[in-house]
Amino acid sequence: MINPKTLLPIESSSEGLNAVQPKEKKDLVMVNLGPSHPATHGTLRVLCALDGESIVSAVTEIGYLHRGFEKDCEVHTFQQCIPYTDRLNYVSAIMNNVGFCKTVEKMMNIQVPERAIYLRVITCELNRIIDHLVCAGANLVDIGALTNFWYSFNVREKVYNILEKLCGARLTSSYTRIGGLSRDVYPAFGEEVTAVLKEIRKGVLDVQKLISKNRIFLDRTKDVCVISKEKAIAYGWTGPTLRACGVEYDLRKAEPYYHYADFKFDVPVGSRGDVYDRIFVRFLEIEESIHIIEQALRKLPDGPVMTGDKRVALPPKQQTYGNIEGLMNHFKIIMHGICPEPGVIYDATEAANGELGFTIVADGSKNPYRIKCRPPCFMNFAVFHEMIEGAMIADAVANLGSINIIAGELDR
Amino acid sequence: MLEKLTASHPKAILGSVDRFGTLEIRIEKSKIADVVKTLRDDQELLFSILIDIVSVDYSTYAGWTGERFGVIYQLKSLALGHRVQLSVTAPEDEPIVPTISKLFGNADWLEREAFDQMGIRFAQHPNLKRLLNHHEFVGHPLRKDYPITRRQALSTNDSLMDEMEARLKEKGYV
Repeated sequence: MINPKTLLPIESSSEGLNAVQPKEKKDLVMVNLGPSHPATHGTLRVLCALDGESIVSAVTEIGYLHRGFEKDCEVHTFQQCIPYTDRLNYVSAIMNNVGFCKTVEKMMNIQVPERAIYLRVITCELNRIIDHLVCAGANLVDIGALTNFWYSFNVREKVYNILEKLCGARLTSSYTRIGGLSRDVYPAFGEEVTAVLKEIRKGVLDVQKLISKNRIFLDRTKDVCVISKEKAIAYGWTGPTLRACGVEYDLRKAEPYYHYADFKFDVPVGSRGDVYDRIFVRFLEIEESIHIIEQALRKLPDGPVMTGDKRVALPPKQQTYGNIEGLMNHFKIIMHGICPEPGVIYDATEAANGELGFTIVADGSKNPYRIKCRPPCFMNFAVFHEMIEGAMIADAVANLGSINIIAGELDR
Repeated sequence: MLEKLTASHPKAILGSVDRFGTLEIRIEKSKIADVVKTLRDDQELLFSILIDIVSVDYSTYAGWTGERFGVIYQLKSLALGHRVQLSVTAPEDEPIVPTISKLFGNADWLEREAFDQMGIRFAQHPNLKRLLNHHEFVGHPLRKDYPITRRQALSTNDSLMDEMEARLKEKGYV
């Protein structure tokens, strides 16, 4: 039998429509996003308390890809640490190589030859482009736009073909050495880079044609997971994600290194700090990186790519086998390693994700006493749970792609 | 900068050196939060970004006579462009340093990492849990006496409900 009370119109009940109901935990559903799910790009875990499809509260857990990079470095020589840095942000490995080597070089006051500097700039900017392409392409896949992924990954493959010819590896390049580069470029390098830049422009344009007026894309990204400038700064954000909030901060302009002051390029900034801005700042940065590479290729000087500094550079083979000084020099570097003076140094470069810094504590021996890497995406992910609270699950996935979390550098 | 800090915190500054173009200041441990607050809020200093927190175990450092643990803070001013490096030390038997997580959002995780890896405890930290290692992990891997080959398996996942309950409570859920 029906209880007559339940048939009463709701207005007539004692509390009425506007009465504040206590919010109860039992109405929420707990859902884990990740750690092993395609949408979490590797190994991240987000525990969400859901009210319907809305995220009421979120907690994140990291460390699933923690390998102990910093501990490993302590038992290796400075040169041996370079391959480990490849595995930090594995999407743009050369930028990590450069960041690490630049720190050691600054510590030992080593002058890197001009040609090596220009080649570092060119390869770093190529890496920045592919990093941004991966980020934007994967981000768009996450919100259902698959074709963009092919357009951006096609050109990325072509950049990898160049990197493969350059250093024998596609992903983990280990291209730099302390004091320069492992080898000079091959003869057709300049033409091939110029050709690939053209294709990158076309690829980016193709993607933009597909998305810039696409209603679904705009609805999924505009005003989604907004972060204010003040909050981003308080959480130590740097790089494209900070610039998307409207802060014009780029280490290449703020603390120029490697002749960045001489290159003409702009720093694109966003205005809102939403997912849309974070994606488009990256597209605009690709264009600026292309400008930088073109200028660097024009200015690329001849000369050696490795310093002659006997503390870090192996002597030419004929000297190693031809005279005793060369042999001893070779022996000293191989057996005793590179030994910076004791001290603490912090140095940073503008990597694709933001400020990539290395703090090195040296005690005068051949092994770094302590290395601490400052991964830019660590700071981005530290505030992720607050960004997605109040948003929907699908927005959380869109946001995760836009702040470009690379588990390799996040967990180290 | 140094004069200003010496004037406002006369007992906090233990020494300073300018080696690689960045001023490195040694700070008395108990004053670190006050000094960082001054650096952040003073209109002529404006250190708006906490770049990194680095923990160091000096137990096998050649010629080291100070306390065993060190914490190094890297700060950067966006408006003025300068950087500073602060360092404190903490003794082996009681490695406790005041937290700065109320001043900078990312200090929360950076301090959790330093606790996890080096076993430095940050007083008044809101949630000093391990960050990179799992919750069943024993010891602190970046200490020099932790063997590099020792691995530790995890048997049961962290449910994360302790953090979740706290957040839901903040939001008024009962």
